[in-house]
Amino acid sequence: MAVTLKVNGQTHTLDIEPDMPLLWAIRDEIGLTGTKFGCGIAQCGACTVHIDGVAMRSCSIPASTAAGKNITTIEGLASADGKLHPVQAAWVAEDVPQCGYCQSGQIMAAAALLKEKPNPTDADIDGITNICRCGTYVRIRRAIHRAATTKA
Amino acid sequence: MGHMEPVRGDDALSRRKFIVAGMSAAGGLALGVAFPGLANARPLTGAPWSNDALAIATEVNAWIVIDPDETITIRIPHSEMGQGAATSNPMIVAEELECDWAKIKGEFASPNRNVRENNVYKDQNTVGSRGVATSWQYLQQAGASARARLVQAAATRWNVSASECTAENGAVLHKATNRKFTYGQLAADAAKVKLDKEPAIKSPDQFKLIGKPLPRLDTPVKVNGEAKFGIDTKQPNMAYAAIISCPVVGGTLASVDESGLAGKRGIVKVVKLKDAVAVVADNTWRAMQGLEALKINWNYGPGANSDSDSMKTMYRETLTEPMIQVRKDGDTDPVFANAGKVIEARYEVPHLAHAPMEPMNATVHVQPDRLDVWIGTQNALGTLQQAAKASGMPQEQVYVHNAYLGGGFGRRSNNDEMVQAIAISKEIGRPVKLTWSREQDIRGDRYRPQAAAKFRAVLGPDGMPQAVEAKVAVGSINRSQGRPVDNGIEGQAVDGIVNSPYKIPNFYVGGQMKNTHLPVSFWRSVGGSQNCFFYESFIDELAHAAGKDAYQFRRAMVDRVDFVGVLEKLHEASNWEKKLPKGQGRGIAVAENHGSVVGTVAEVTVDNRDQVRVNRLVVAVDCYHVVNPKIIEAQMQSGAMFGLSAVLYGEMSVKAGQVQELNFDKYRVVRMAEAPQVEVYLVPSGGPKWGGIGECGTATIAPAVGNAIFSATGKRVRELPLKNVKISQLASL
Repeated sequence: MAVTLKVNGQTHTLDIEPDMPLLWAIRDEIGLTGTKFGCGIAQCGACTVHIDGVAMRSCSIPASTAAGKNITTIEGLASADGKLHPVQAAWVAEDVPQCGYCQSGQIMAAAALLKEKPNPTDADIDGITNICRCGTYVRIRRAIHRAATTKA
Repeated sequence: MGHMEPVRGDDALSRRKFIVAGMSAAGGLALGVAFPGLANARPLTGAPWSNDALAIATEVNAWIVIDPDETITIRIPHSEMGQGAATSNPMIVAEELECDWAKIKGEFASPNRNVRENNVYKDQNTVGSRGVATSWQYLQQAGASARARLVQAAATRWNVSASECTAENGAVLHKATNRKFTYGQLAADAAKVKLDKEPAIKSPDQFKLIGKPLPRLDTPVKVNGEAKFGIDTKQPNMAYAAIISCPVVGGTLASVDESGLAGKRGIVKVVKLKDAVAVVADNTWRAMQGLEALKINWNYGPGANSDSDSMKTMYRETLTEPMIQVRKDGDTDPVFANAGKVIEARYEVPHLAHAPMEPMNATVHVQPDRLDVWIGTQNALGTLQQAAKASGMPQEQVYVHNAYLGGGFGRRSNNDEMVQAIAISKEIGRPVKLTWSREQDIRGDRYRPQAAAKFRAVLGPDGMPQAVEAKVAVGSINRSQGRPVDNGIEGQAVDGIVNSPYKIPNFYVGGQMKNTHLPVSFWRSVGGSQNCFFYESFIDELAHAAGKDAYQFRRAMVDRVDFVGVLEKLHEASNWEKKLPKGQGRGIAVAENHGSVVGTVAEVTVDNRDQVRVNRLVVAVDCYHVVNPKIIEAQMQSGAMFGLSAVLYGEMSVKAGQVQELNFDKYRVVRMAEAPQVEVYLVPSGGPKWGGIGECGTATIAPAVGNAIFSATGKRVRELPLKNVKISQLASL
């Protein structure tokens, strides 16, 4: 079945099952591997993308339900001229990543939080439930506060 | 090197100034900090493995390539799993090279070249916290050797003596005549220079780069999706596979009913292995769906008779068996025989899974004359050797392309997934990417062993221990992996107790190893992960029995400089003497683990529903020498969070031989809301040894938390994880 996905401003018409998870349509069919597979049951957040600006766990969303919406992945977060999103810049300044595998999802979740709450409290940041097995939480928190200050 | 300022990040602006000031000595600006918007800075690329070529024209030696545009590429022998080897290794080489750090790029050293060129990159096994500790000398030597050859190449061109030339900031200068050649101009000649003798390497007091908190080289590609992990591999004509192994380890595949695959799109083949079945398809999801459509019958085997209760009983009973002695100071028997009061305790912990964020995976292409493997492995050379053995291909024809690892923690040096992928690739005659689901990743894990310990002690009239007896029962990693055990006991079985620094006149340590059907292996901090919980909790019990402060009790028993430094820093930094409100407690634990001395103070709150909240962790570590303090701070925080997940939630419960916690809903781990502040203090005491950092951060978390719970409640936790413990119902001591 033809499923048309608009990802990072580009349109892809895919011949896939309507219930293929958006995660696998993005990774295997379109070939954008920045969005990661960690659990498949929406527990870990490594698969977080934005759908019309809202952070969603793509492993648990059928690709067909995202058709016609604006999907942003980590690859599409920086601006077209390569300027990093303030969250990405804060991540670089604080040297947040270690292994890096969860970080696309963390950044997408943080970017969505900041859009909704430009000055998040620590309690707001606690609401990000993405898992990091390397335990970079202390620097993630600091980077989100830093990005909030930068945007302001 | 003395005491260093704490590396805490709450003063980001002043640290940024420090970084820029620090960098100007090396002549360059830290790109990530000075130019946060510079998306083009790529010291490490998204796909950082080398192309396996032997010596290329712009190499000065196997470790260093210098291009005409002055870019310097350093080959990194170790794996990058988040612990920072891809930054620390180049820092050590660059220290000697006298170059512009801003011009440094990194590349993962080729294990195939390692095989073909007489082991030039040496041991690539990135385990045991040994990376920097075992390689700093030859990494320094590689940089020094290249520098000396560049100098000689310039000297030859100028027809002067090398002693008249200096290497500075990426160029060789003959100051007397104001002449200069850049490294890029000299590289080709330098490669041909034969030195009469290799130069001496710098001593730590001469370091200009080592010790600086330089930004990581891989950060730019880890914030924009460019960093490639094994799971991201795509090769021409590649098929995709999913696999399930027998849910009872040790069982075998009996039969498979494939009828559920009828009409399913994209299925290529069903591949049966001895203990597993795989579905190959044209994308990952279809392979996973195909697997779920199979009806599989297993011969579960004898492991099906095990469950959590039977396994716990086995370890408890093993504690009553004769022990193999590993340490005997003085003689504990007469002390116990004549004692009035003997303090006794038994401690227990379950198996634990590694659960790195990237599930295990391997992409393999078996060809008539070569084998290519794309993977994230902790041991690029070992994986090549394992692939050669599994495929029957000579090692010289095996190419392992090591990617960034999405977490290692000790799991990624046994490449079970690669062995499966090789079998599948052979059967379908195409490249195949095998991706383990999260359930398969945990089902197919090699766990941190289950263990139990029994302690007895007698205190003297001064309240200090006169005799301590420690007995442990634990799963054997060596036996599980088919390696020999000398004298019935292996080092990791007793590590964390046998190497206790405490001055106790009569001290006995013995152990006995028993395995269940579950495979066991190295899990971050290894023996320390259980033994430090056991021992530092019991030492705390003794302090309490003596009516002494937990810090003072320990401090009185150590005289080693490293232990004293860690203890005193913890005492100061945690504000140990300050009284905490009711319901809050503070606990301390120290240990030697993987070459460093580490300690933690935990502050916890225990509420009236027995919920434990860890509010603050204060960590001190003496690793003797510091390569990158920012990376060390990150690693100590990382080890702490890993240990915290284990103490709060971690367990593999077993029913009918099957591990129950197969995904993050049941195998719970710490998330942001539970993550405490972790303050890290580095107290390196210098000397001939360089300590490890990858693992020790985990070792003292469980006892510090347990001891803090005691401080808050008067209840002693002797079994983990805490989620199973009703603290208020524990007996008061």
